[in-house]
Amino acid sequence: MEKEKGSVHARRFIAYLVLIILTVLCLVWFYILIINATRSKNDLRVNGFSAIPSTHLMENLNNLFHGTQPVLRGMLNSIIVAGCSAFLGTYFSTMTAYAIHAYRFKGRKFIYTFILAIMMIPTQVSALGFVDLMRKMKLMNNFIPLIIPSMAAPVVFFYMKQYMDSNLPGSLIEAARIDGASEFHIFNRIVVPLMKPAISVQAIFTFVSSWNNYFIPSLILKDENMKTLPVLIAELRSADFLKFDMGQVYAMIAFSIFPVIIVYLFLSRNIVGGVTAGGVKE
Amino acid sequence: MSSKKSSSRIMRHNKYGYIFLLPFMIVFVIFQLIPLISTIYNSFFENYMSGLMQIGPNFIGFANYAKLFSSGEIEKYTANTMIMWIAGFIPQIIVSLLLAAWFTDPSLRLKGQRFFKTVIYLPNLIMASAFALLFFTLFSTVGPIHSIAVNLGWIDQSFDFMKSTASVRTLIAMMNFLMWFGNTTLLLMSGMMGIDQSLFEAAEVDGATATQIFWKITMPLLRPIFVYVLITSLIGGLQMFDVPQILTNGDGGPARTTMTLIMWLNKHLYSKNYGLAGALSVILLIITGILSIVVFKLTAEKEVKA
Repeated sequence: MEKEKGSVHARRFIAYLVLIILTVLCLVWFYILIINATRSKNDLRVNGFSAIPSTHLMENLNNLFHGTQPVLRGMLNSIIVAGCSAFLGTYFSTMTAYAIHAYRFKGRKFIYTFILAIMMIPTQVSALGFVDLMRKMKLMNNFIPLIIPSMAAPVVFFYMKQYMDSNLPGSLIEAARIDGASEFHIFNRIVVPLMKPAISVQAIFTFVSSWNNYFIPSLILKDENMKTLPVLIAELRSADFLKFDMGQVYAMIAFSIFPVIIVYLFLSRNIVGGVTAGGVKE
Repeated sequence: MSSKKSSSRIMRHNKYGYIFLLPFMIVFVIFQLIPLISTIYNSFFENYMSGLMQIGPNFIGFANYAKLFSSGEIEKYTANTMIMWIAGFIPQIIVSLLLAAWFTDPSLRLKGQRFFKTVIYLPNLIMASAFALLFFTLFSTVGPIHSIAVNLGWIDQSFDFMKSTASVRTLIAMMNFLMWFGNTTLLLMSGMMGIDQSLFEAAEVDGATATQIFWKITMPLLRPIFVYVLITSLIGGLQMFDVPQILTNGDGGPARTTMTLIMWLNKHLYSKNYGLAGALSVILLIITGILSIVVFKLTAEKEVKA
């Protein structure tokens, strides 16, 4: 018994040690990023590493906002694209899930199977046809090709369907029908409010993945004022920027990722819980 | 009479199933299905820019596919992609299994689980392109990590992380590891918590050690979720793009040893080499399609039957 207790202590010690190492490994990059965003360009050029913050953050941000890239415009573009994607994506995925969940019609099972089957097909494999079609539809340099496709998001659909299976009682819908409510009214006034927890989790995930998306936006957005943050980041990389102001580069990276980190810190409980809810059932 | 009336009411309602499906279907057809068909169609045509001159489109059958394989490039980029995926995935699965086992082990009673889970999941939400640019600046010859490594005597002043195949591949694998091990831990944890607790209790009563319980009970019961993690990660690995693209500025350097399949596809899309881009897309579609069937079998079959 004594020995067993000792082995639990030893295992607990190792577990904490590994967890602390991993925590450092996850956070150290962002720590250096924050520090470096506050340092002046000369300091960054002359002294490689510093563990203490400096006082040049506002200067770096100011230079960034008045630099060659339309960074503020880029953030606004990113907010518009990610915000609209999150809103439309979750609303219409809920609607699609409701169609499969609540109604019995011919082809229902086939459509359900079909949506699950296309879930894992990556967008990259149809990018050629997608960009070609957008060019023909005169939708280049437009946010529509980045927003509207999120309305058909099989992963969000799957999550909503699973949530409905355990949280949306059919009796409630039936009662509303007897009261004479129309089907659209039932969906908008009863189903959507009940789905709020699931919708908020998926809205965050859709927002973040759209915010971070680089592949398709880089093919669609060519006009400088339409570019989203990831496209501007890539542009910064391809400029011969080591000659420039590194303080600005760090400020730009911080500017692109900190909105997501801040949102995450507030909502981490929902997000971490939501990761697994749509996964495999064992 | 009344039953007929009620069934007709249900029928009347059920047509709303189609109405509610309509937005999804319209968007799917326009933005996914038509582009996919047109991609496949393009793969059979000679269609590229030679300087400012447009060549084609001329129907050439499977010549694009033959060209893809004859140059040896596709093998090389597939190997690059797989090497970097495996180098990230092996530590990812080992660390995730360990963490998931520790988090769910009642005898350990680890404190601060919520904090650790929040931290390890964080990198998954970070913009991959910004993360890669950050790594580039930190590891470049004027970056802080380079200067620390020089000061510690680990590397020579002249060493450039971006000029060595091994170091660029390691950096990419490390970023993939950091971005995905938290997610995998959470998935494996939910699998472990789904295992019937009485099995563990029975094993403990029989005097099994923690190691024995892990290998004889947890692992076999975790197999479906394990396969799910493996295959979805492989599909994700085949799509590897943002991190190597930004880190190496799109050229997959040094000497194209970190060029992934999607980076290559991206190059063809930029140079408007639609024939080869189409053929490459179709090959990727077939591979991910086969892998998807495995995932589908794991997730969907029970779902649809229910």
